[in-house]
Amino acid sequence: MSGAILTVEALTKRFGGFTAVDKVSFTVGEGEILGLIGPNGSGKSTIFNMIAGSLQPTAGSIVFQGRELAGLVPNRICALGVGRTFQIPRPFRKLTILENIAVAGYFGQGGHVSRKEAWATAERSLDMVGLDYEAGAEVGSLGAAGLKKLELARALATNPRLLLADESLGGLDQSEMDQAAAMLERIRRETGITIIWVEHIMGVLMRVVDRVMVLDHGEKISEGLPSEVAHDKRVIEVYLGSDAEAVQANV
Amino acid sequence: MTSVTLVNGSKWGERRYLAGAIVALVLIVLPTLNRELPVFGTGADWLAYPMHIMVLIMIWSLAYTSWSLMGRFGLVSLGHGAFMGIGAYGTALLWNYAGLTPWIGIPISLALVAAVAFIVGYPCFRFRIVGHYFALVTLALSEIVRQVIMATRDYTGGSLGFTPTPYGDGFSLYALQFSDRTVFYYVALASWAFGLWIWWRVDRSMDRFALEAISEDEDASAAAGIWVTREKLKITILSAVMTGFAGILYMQYQQFISPDTVSGIAISLQIVFAVVAGGIYVMFGPTVGAIITILLAESLRVAIGVSMVGLDTTIYGILLVLFIIFLPKGVLGGILDWLSRRKAG
Ligand SMILES: Nc1ncnc2c1ncn2[C@@H]1O[C@H](COP(=O)(O)OP(=O)(O)O)[C@@H](O)[C@H]1O
Ligand SMILES: [Mg+2]
Repeated sequence: MSGAILTVEALTKRFGGFTAVDKVSFTVGEGEILGLIGPNGSGKSTIFNMIAGSLQPTAGSIVFQGRELAGLVPNRICALGVGRTFQIPRPFRKLTILENIAVAGYFGQGGHVSRKEAWATAERSLDMVGLDYEAGAEVGSLGAAGLKKLELARALATNPRLLLADESLGGLDQSEMDQAAAMLERIRRETGITIIWVEHIMGVLMRVVDRVMVLDHGEKISEGLPSEVAHDKRVIEVYLGSDAEAVQANV
Repeated sequence: MTSVTLVNGSKWGERRYLAGAIVALVLIVLPTLNRELPVFGTGADWLAYPMHIMVLIMIWSLAYTSWSLMGRFGLVSLGHGAFMGIGAYGTALLWNYAGLTPWIGIPISLALVAAVAFIVGYPCFRFRIVGHYFALVTLALSEIVRQVIMATRDYTGGSLGFTPTPYGDGFSLYALQFSDRTVFYYVALASWAFGLWIWWRVDRSMDRFALEAISEDEDASAAAGIWVTREKLKITILSAVMTGFAGILYMQYQQFISPDTVSGIAISLQIVFAVVAGGIYVMFGPTVGAIITILLAESLRVAIGVSMVGLDTTIYGILLVLFIIFLPKGVLGGILDWLSRRKAG
């Protein structure tokens, strides 16, 4: 780990009386892939939403490359170098596949990018996620796996230093999951970007990530190498249960 | 990209350019035919009425095209009557009471239009007032401006209307008053063409992609780096200022304005109706809408006279409902769809 790119401290989000994220602290090293796992409703997406600026934290701080993100608007955070995907893909259906990505390439890179560069960025991003498309193809022609790739390509086109990937495997079958995992690994290798990867099942994620952090009911219950976390008593108890052995065999 | 799609979503090849060039030529030479023509035995000023109607169509086309700049992205403003009114009354009041030539009065009025658009738009966009709520806020703006005109009737003439002070012999570049209809015909023609050019520029811009994205999903747009508030403000102010300019043209042409003709909710609704009728997503849709509404209003006026004031508004209302249900892309949008389907199938 060569220095932290992101330092999150005592991050808290309350919705009314309900605490969705409770004093969570962690750091992510430059170039690292951090897996963020936990059951449904444990607060993973809420953490992403706070980092990306679509939700304001109730308390705590988020320092990205030495800069406080809390209080900034999403497009500003994007321009600073944080790209995010949505758990449920949110494509722009009135735009073609290529335009979906080009718009992010144009507006998301935080500087003055020419149209030509934006389109070149879009083509590169689509290439990187391995999405096959025909010129002028509509978003409607994409299936679940295609939409996930589109979502990732859009985040990549903003030229992020930190990528927040939310449940990129959700709704995929086993071979698609393996492909997606290999893709994230390749993206990291080729671009050197840092990735926080959220997933509610451990599965293939454990083979790819450098470190894992486990959430339960908004609290961090474990953090460490995949092999350590898979054997953590508390994780087995509240989360892995009978799947523990399968997961342990995988890491 | 070598071929340019003048009308969104359909390509008719080169024939369109030829057709466009012919129409442009006819529009340009038309006023020169307004004299005694030996062949048809015409009168000296036989084109006066058609040209009057055409000037009206071009001015309103400019207003409608301006509205559609934002309307096509789901930013449904019911406040554009206010922008017309501010432009028209602003310039006229500055002329009558401050003696300011429209050359100065127009920029001042348009700056005021821009300021009002910003003051209304900023909080709406910042606090995500969208859809029906945005329509309601802007509807209130229409009414407020009308009420201000009524409340200051000592200066504005209230519902009786307002006449800019005539200057000289009625033909003055300084006052932008032209007794000769031909001059105004060309001013209106140029303004209308300018409005279409702006529409085309916006359609080709990256902002269009941003606004399409915003119209679907503001969160996802912001996550992709789009500054949602700024994009919406830009298009709103552009649209408002151009609409204000259309109001000014109307005032300078008619040399008479009243809240009923350039301001208020009725005008705002008429703008929406005309654009929906003509076609909201296509370049010439608003122009077709202007042709429909003005010919309709003129026919009613000729057929029934002015005894039933408000009849046209009633008919607009009924037609609006019918259009939204049966022809949501408008007359031109519907025709273009039909043409491209026929070509494909
Ligand atoms: N905008 C919101 N308003 C109220 N409750 C929310 C909101 N967003 C998330 N929650 C709640 O916060 C908890 C954590 O949600 P989330 O972060 O989406 O979980 P995860 O991504 O780990 O499945 C859930 O109980 C969810 O219902
Ligand atoms: Mg989630």
